[in-house]
Amino acid sequence: MYVAVKGGEKAIANAHALLAKAGRGDERQPRIEHAQVAGQLAVLVARVMNEGSLYDPELAARAILQAQGDALEAITLVRSYRTTLPRFGYTEPVDTAALPPQRRVSATFKDIPGGQQLGATFDYTHRLFSDPAEATTGFADNESATAHEDEMPRVADLLGVEALMEPERPADFDDPEPADLTREPTVFPMSRAERLQALARGDEGFLLSLGYSTQRGFGRTHPFAGEIRVGEVEVEFDAPELGFAVPLGRIEVTECQMINQFTGNADTPAQFTRGYGLVFGRAERKAMSMSLVDRTLRADEFGERRVAPAQDEEFVIMHADNVEATGFVEHLKLPHYVDFQAELGLVRRLNKERMAKADAAAGTSSEEVEALA
Amino acid sequence: MSTGAGILPSYNIGYLDEQTKRMIRRALLKAVAIPGFQVPFASREVPMPRGWGTGGVQVTAAIIGEDDTLKVIDQGADDTTNAVSIRAFFAKVAGAKTTTRTDEATVIQTRHRIPETELTEGQTMVYQVPIPEPLRFLEPRETETRRMHALEDYGLIYVKLYEDIAKYGHIATTYAYPVIVNGRYLMDPSPTPSFDNPKLHQSPALHLYGAGREKRIYAVPPYTDVVSLGFEDHPFEPQKFSQPCAVCGSTGVYLDEIITDDAGGVMYACSDTDHCERTVAAASARRESEIDNDELSDELDEIEEVHV
Repeated sequence: MYVAVKGGEKAIANAHALLAKAGRGDERQPRIEHAQVAGQLAVLVARVMNEGSLYDPELAARAILQAQGDALEAITLVRSYRTTLPRFGYTEPVDTAALPPQRRVSATFKDIPGGQQLGATFDYTHRLFSDPAEATTGFADNESATAHEDEMPRVADLLGVEALMEPERPADFDDPEPADLTREPTVFPMSRAERLQALARGDEGFLLSLGYSTQRGFGRTHPFAGEIRVGEVEVEFDAPELGFAVPLGRIEVTECQMINQFTGNADTPAQFTRGYGLVFGRAERKAMSMSLVDRTLRADEFGERRVAPAQDEEFVIMHADNVEATGFVEHLKLPHYVDFQAELGLVRRLNKERMAKADAAAGTSSEEVEALA
Repeated sequence: MSTGAGILPSYNIGYLDEQTKRMIRRALLKAVAIPGFQVPFASREVPMPRGWGTGGVQVTAAIIGEDDTLKVIDQGADDTTNAVSIRAFFAKVAGAKTTTRTDEATVIQTRHRIPETELTEGQTMVYQVPIPEPLRFLEPRETETRRMHALEDYGLIYVKLYEDIAKYGHIATTYAYPVIVNGRYLMDPSPTPSFDNPKLHQSPALHLYGAGREKRIYAVPPYTDVVSLGFEDHPFEPQKFSQPCAVCGSTGVYLDEIITDDAGGVMYACSDTDHCERTVAAASARRESEIDNDELSDELDEIEEVHV
């Protein structure tokens, strides 16, 4: 009987072998190569890179394969590798106005300098099953399907000229070092930069639902999608010993500028305020959700009453990390014999005491009956 | 960082990078300097899920050296799957020597138990902590609980214990039973049963607590006062077991209840498997050989003392 807790070593080895077998599927089918995943499942790869906090499509593709398609497991793999890498410093801020957008849309203006560019989007597709080979034909010779080469100013900057938009950098902005919550202890309240980092690596589904909740009235911010753009941007690293910035390469990003109506208060005139989202790869849903939540979390800045979950920094940030969330939820699978034994003892004791009390009460009343007789 | 086609990424010895180890060691030093105080640290991911001992793993990775021998237990047992997995992890990434014997280990990583064998000077216990904040379920906000610790504002926890007494006639906390360390900080001894609380008081070993997900490290240095909360008329009472272990016969140890059939049959056996195995081995050795070997009988006496 005591063997119940024995044999852990062998059990683990067997479980790993079974897992590998389950992940292999039908052996008559070829194995999927990671290059295929990186090329053909790029949206999933982007999610793993974002929540894994590491821009490396090949490694993310490997993680997805090793995790048998479990996104959170893949994210955990990437994070557990990323965290062991030394940090050399910060890159220069990326210039998203200079990125030639592969896609760029604004919901606030019909016509914007540089024009609207639909790009690669699921937006107007009919969600009907179709032959993927058919979908790409008739496309290659279509000239307008190639990316726009002109620079396009950011829509939020256009409004800024009229002072209708809160400035991106307030008057007293002194460009502090961006914090890094993967290297420094988390302390609340956070700076906006730290919060944006936490949101960028936060769970897409969690942020989506929180963003949605603000649209339904739980911390409403009156948002408009000022601009969403997707494209490749150059990353430059300023090495102190060189004295100039060295280009490291190009990364694909999605940026969302949410514009939010604000009626003003005693200190601030009526103007539009901003929510911001920036993520790796094609990850529009995430960028939009992030910008909604970023704006609601700025409640204190605008003297707004904090009444909804999406406005509560500690609640949002502490629960947005899906690596932490899934780990702790799933840890309930681990044995808890010892604590359960302790609770078992307590429940038995409480029941025994209750029955003893009930018996005592019953005893008294029967004596009383006898006394009366 | 670049991963060319077909080349797999590699990891540092001991998994964590050296900067991280130094950061954790600094947090540990601060924790030892302020017994029971929760030191925030920039917790890293480790290659097992959050909530499965990632805090303990980081602490162990930061302190383990070439001379160390590691023991890992979960629920008191060396052979539970997660203990096996963590022990195998350190054997793989740090080339660590491992053991299941409490008396041979220099570092003992644990979840939910303190071994029955008395700890000695020079040994380090590393606890895996899920929720480091003893006030968390009374006050969910970290900003609030930090303030309460700073002001030594611990009224709330006494009210909770008082409410237990008013409702049940006694304190109804059986594990993660709160303690005051060195007369100052309220501390959660991690979800060890209250049975193990007295082992912390004036313990000759160093006790380190790592909460990975919650990003906190705290410590009880050797020979520190650790007092379980109670009232003059309702003092702290650890769990007691009336029956001995069905396998080795030990009394005064923590027992697991093992269901033996579907008709309510149960047996009780040591939760500490190393203690149980060594007691059984000592008893059978005693039976098999004449006790003319002084050395052996000394050893047996020693083991006997531990569980009597």
